[in-house]
Amino acid sequence: MTHIQDAAPERLVKSSGAQDGPGPLAVPAALKRRGRRENLAGLLFLSPWVVGLLLLTAGPMLASLYLAFTDYNLFDTPKWIGLQNFTDMFGDPRWQKSVRVTLQYVVIGTPLKLLLALGVALLLNQNRRGQAFYRAAFYAPSLIGASVSIAIVWRSLFSDDAVVDRAQQLFGMEAGGWISNPDMKIYSLVLLTVWQFGAPMVIFLAGLKQVPNELYEAAEVDGAGTWRRFWNITLPMISPVLFFNLLLETIHSFQVFGSAYILGGQGSSCGPADSVLVYTCYLYDQGFANGRMGFASAMAWLLLITVGLVTAVLFWSQKRWVHYEEGAR
Amino acid sequence: MSVLTAYRRKSAGSLAWHIGSLAVLAVVLYPVLWVIGGSLKPSSEIVGSLDLFPASPITKNYTRLTEGIADIPISTFFVNSLFLAVGSVIGVLISCSLAAYAFAKIRFAGRNALFAVMIGTLLLPYHVLLIPQYVLFQKLDLINTYTPLLLGKYLATDAFFVFLMMQFMRNLPRELDEAARLDGCGHLRIYWSIVLPLCRPALITSAIFTFINSWNDFLGPLIYLNEPDKYTVALGLKMFVDQDAVADYGGMIAMSLVALLPVLAFFMAFQRYLVDGMATSGLKG
Repeated sequence: MTHIQDAAPERLVKSSGAQDGPGPLAVPAALKRRGRRENLAGLLFLSPWVVGLLLLTAGPMLASLYLAFTDYNLFDTPKWIGLQNFTDMFGDPRWQKSVRVTLQYVVIGTPLKLLLALGVALLLNQNRRGQAFYRAAFYAPSLIGASVSIAIVWRSLFSDDAVVDRAQQLFGMEAGGWISNPDMKIYSLVLLTVWQFGAPMVIFLAGLKQVPNELYEAAEVDGAGTWRRFWNITLPMISPVLFFNLLLETIHSFQVFGSAYILGGQGSSCGPADSVLVYTCYLYDQGFANGRMGFASAMAWLLLITVGLVTAVLFWSQKRWVHYEEGAR
Repeated sequence: MSVLTAYRRKSAGSLAWHIGSLAVLAVVLYPVLWVIGGSLKPSSEIVGSLDLFPASPITKNYTRLTEGIADIPISTFFVNSLFLAVGSVIGVLISCSLAAYAFAKIRFAGRNALFAVMIGTLLLPYHVLLIPQYVLFQKLDLINTYTPLLLGKYLATDAFFVFLMMQFMRNLPRELDEAARLDGCGHLRIYWSIVLPLCRPALITSAIFTFINSWNDFLGPLIYLNEPDKYTVALGLKMFVDQDAVADYGGMIAMSLVALLPVLAFFMAFQRYLVDGMATSGLKG
């Protein structure tokens, strides 16, 4: 999966059908028949996916592209208003706030999460008993972290006078829960995603296990220290895995919804002062709570374009820092 | 003598490693322990008390749950969530394995182009589809039914699982299906009798992930379901929070834990499949 662009099913060079062709002259006809059979079988096996693609993905995408340029409330016919949704958006202080909150979440949360994931993976990457246990235990939060339950727990842990507040007081820091503090609340949401570092950690660990031991042994003979070995061997060798994690976690972060919605409190206000009003929360608020389906579609397309650009930049940048082994598939 | 010191040094390193790992583990699992302990405390002690577990545990928070939420028994939410989760698993297993087989084993025209499209949908933010899909289902009069939440699963829209199964199928020895083909087996026979049974690990991984994703899903049910007796566990819990949070903190914490139990149980039972499935998703083949 690291080579997304190379992962296309390998072109199958020889058709096994070539073997049952009686002679050189008959082959084209037999191949043609075989090809037609293969096309039919392909269409049959793929038909649910194709229907899903047209009905639930491609069709809706085109529809939302159209709706992005309309005023639409779900009941009246959409009214074409050109770029007004976009100009409204850029002038809307709540929209601006939602962009700021989301960027904070992505730009702070993703690197922290990956750093912790890599750190723990390095810690666990030793041939010791109990490794599988730790690996599984650290992975557990990734499975439950996005649930309503954990968002509720988080809200409790970071509220006034709760555990985090008490711990802060213990270290002589300013008292007060993060949930009621508009400046701090976003960091409780950031910590919630950092807490789910287990999934990228498991992927890092699998990558670390594939680094050949000979490289380290050779480096040790050459007198390279721990840091040099990490910087010159480990990091380049796991850079494809790092790229994969970075891509996936970044794309995911842009789409956080449930945790922010629950942490935000009543309705989709995500207060106080819109402190955890992430982009998708505002999209939901405008589309479903205020019936501005056109505006919400415009927001959705802007999100798609942003995620697309980020993906493109990451893919472009990988030439500079991602090291693929010669001859790797 | 030197062997003994080496052994001592090794076990000292092992001890340090365990202490380090356990220290991180304690911080990471603290919230989970907190919710278990909290569910056994009186409401007034849950937030303020620093003790993880109460000196005298109470069960009142759990007996409170038997009264249900807004006059709807908790079991209703569980049945609804279970129905959706099992329905999703069946859909994903059928539709995704069919698509995966097509990409992995059939040479049809346009395969590489369609494969690129499939990879594209893997990275597509779901929110672009949110509004138009809602409009579609609203026009079809399917709001407040489970159809919008299930239909996509039967149409292989979860590209991740198509990809996971495809990778697995590509790594099966090609001799197997070539031999079957020489014996005159068609694709349907090869798919059903040879490829699917060999793909069990990938199918199990996909099934568990699908179950957990469906169980945790919040946005889908929030949009499509509007009658409380159709609510899933996640929505029931959200309703509890809105209605009773201040009055009954203990009940809310107990319900949060109960809502997590199926996922935790799945994790305990299948953690190998989950962790390995996750690990291989990042590596080639």
